[in-house]
Amino acid sequence: MNPYLPYPARIDDIVVETEDGSLKTFRLVLEKDRDREAWTHVPGQFAMLSIAGKGEIPIGIASSPTEKGHLLFTVNRAGVVTTALHKMDVGDPIGVRGPLGNGFPIDSELKGKNIVIIAGGFAFTTLRATLIYMLENRADYGNITVVYGARTPGMLLYKEELDAWQRRDDLDVHITVDREAPGWTGLVGFVPTIAGQVKPSPENAAALICGPPIMIKFTMPPLEEVGWTDDQVYLSLENRMKCGLGVCGHCNVGPVYVCKDGPVFTRAQVQKLPIEF
Amino acid sequence: MLDNKDFSAWLSRLSDSHDIYGPKKTRKGMLEWARLEGGQLPDPEPGVPKSSIKTFYFPQPETLFEFSARPKKEDAFRLHEPSRHQNPRLLIGVRPCDARSVVLNSMPYQEDPYFQENRRNTFLLGYACSQGCSTCFCTWTGGSPVGQDGLDILAFLLEDGLVLEPVTERGEELLEKAGSARDLTRAQEQKVDEIRQKAPASLPEEMEPAPRLREKELMALYDAPFWQELSDSCINCGTCTFLCPTCYCFDIQDETLRGRGRRIRYWDSCMFPLFTLHASGHNPRGEKIKRVRNRFMHKLKYFPDRFGPLSCVGCGRCVRDCPVNIDIRQVMKELLAI
Repeated sequence: MNPYLPYPARIDDIVVETEDGSLKTFRLVLEKDRDREAWTHVPGQFAMLSIAGKGEIPIGIASSPTEKGHLLFTVNRAGVVTTALHKMDVGDPIGVRGPLGNGFPIDSELKGKNIVIIAGGFAFTTLRATLIYMLENRADYGNITVVYGARTPGMLLYKEELDAWQRRDDLDVHITVDREAPGWTGLVGFVPTIAGQVKPSPENAAALICGPPIMIKFTMPPLEEVGWTDDQVYLSLENRMKCGLGVCGHCNVGPVYVCKDGPVFTRAQVQKLPIEF
Repeated sequence: MLDNKDFSAWLSRLSDSHDIYGPKKTRKGMLEWARLEGGQLPDPEPGVPKSSIKTFYFPQPETLFEFSARPKKEDAFRLHEPSRHQNPRLLIGVRPCDARSVVLNSMPYQEDPYFQENRRNTFLLGYACSQGCSTCFCTWTGGSPVGQDGLDILAFLLEDGLVLEPVTERGEELLEKAGSARDLTRAQEQKVDEIRQKAPASLPEEMEPAPRLREKELMALYDAPFWQELSDSCINCGTCTFLCPTCYCFDIQDETLRGRGRRIRYWDSCMFPLFTLHASGHNPRGEKIKRVRNRFMHKLKYFPDRFGPLSCVGCGRCVRDCPVNIDIRQVMKELLAI
């Protein structure tokens, strides 16, 4: 087994997620039956997407392991490889190397807990995977609360699913945008403000927070005010990566490798690390 | 015991089936790795060659995969492993510090098929150091000038030949083909014993920083003012990382030319700002002090936390060639003194 060799895959579908076109969701299908059957992952894990001639990039897996037969990756156009990916079409060849990293502890620490998912912008991807997984295994978790925000209504990901989730009675969903917008009748305000209004109880609960560092920074005080502690809060770190195996040296934050020891850490763990992420 | 003539004859026979390399003096007087042919012997200069032996395990660059970049071909842009037909390699005159670096690098590269294949394919015949150089400090890092770690055969150089000691089974097999070995005379035995005893003592005072650094809570020193002073003079040239036998970070890039492509990996350096730059423009180690600190902390704290030993063999190349005289021995002393 060569851990650097990606599974051959094809682009099966492409959805433009946001109004500015900067985010697309790629549905990938592994080409070989045996790869498809052997594939298994944990929500919160990531994979290397490989475009021969351009390179590889680490992207969080946006689909839940309960969604069989394909993998979803929501990708922001930012660098060389993501720009090349955004120009690709349905049917084009691609490679997938993974799954990599640890993922959220869905079968251990999170089991039986009330779950609070807080996400900002396009950091929602692996939390979508987590949420879908939890809804498929609904009895394993307590109350599930979701606070998700984007700059504008047009920048929200997975809009059809958001609508469907809001209609469910076993799920408490709060979708917000930063500013008033024409046609928007939902919540208005930054994610930390809304999280403060929702005031989720820390009792037997865990929070999974993904978003820009500034959002995470301002989300903590309102949570701490109602009694949340750092070991109940799970974050997912990002860093430049090349191998994804804890060898190449790029992604270390002090003593830990984001790719191998993470990307999911509790906030208590992160607070002990130097600020190199 | 082999005299130089028999040693050369043995190498000459081996060179039919092995690619043999050893340190040779260049025309400019620099000691560097060179291909040895027809029974050529390495130059028995003291000290380590300019570059480390990592190039034999971790080539610059290494082709990970090849692919066709012609879109109409059926297997276009599908990666496949390159075919590798290589003679076994024998490195002669390897210093114990360099040999030990292979053992250390093997720890993070445990699952790496390329590194491990190169390791299987490369035989090391080491030369014990009879005395230390002004820049080397292997004994500080857990090594020894007469150490065997990583070697297949250890040789002691005497005036009239070499005393060869097998270290591994495959080293022993190789030695069996040497033939015509002579028994040691009493004087020769004494000489070998003398090297064994005197060589370690010729190195700078034994301060055993490894266990002491392990005991120290180094993360508490992350914000110590000394890092600023240390990094002020650094010019981030990366010389230390490229010459260091235990610096093993790499980058992976794809390149295509005339319809053929390959994915390669090559040496990268945590001294460079690009090493950690995100596509967003954010850079977690954008400042020099963070990069300098990361390099030393990796060698003295992060690597030992994970694997045990320091990620340093005390070869002294970084000390010898740093353009601004940054000295890792000084860094260890300062960390222990705070």
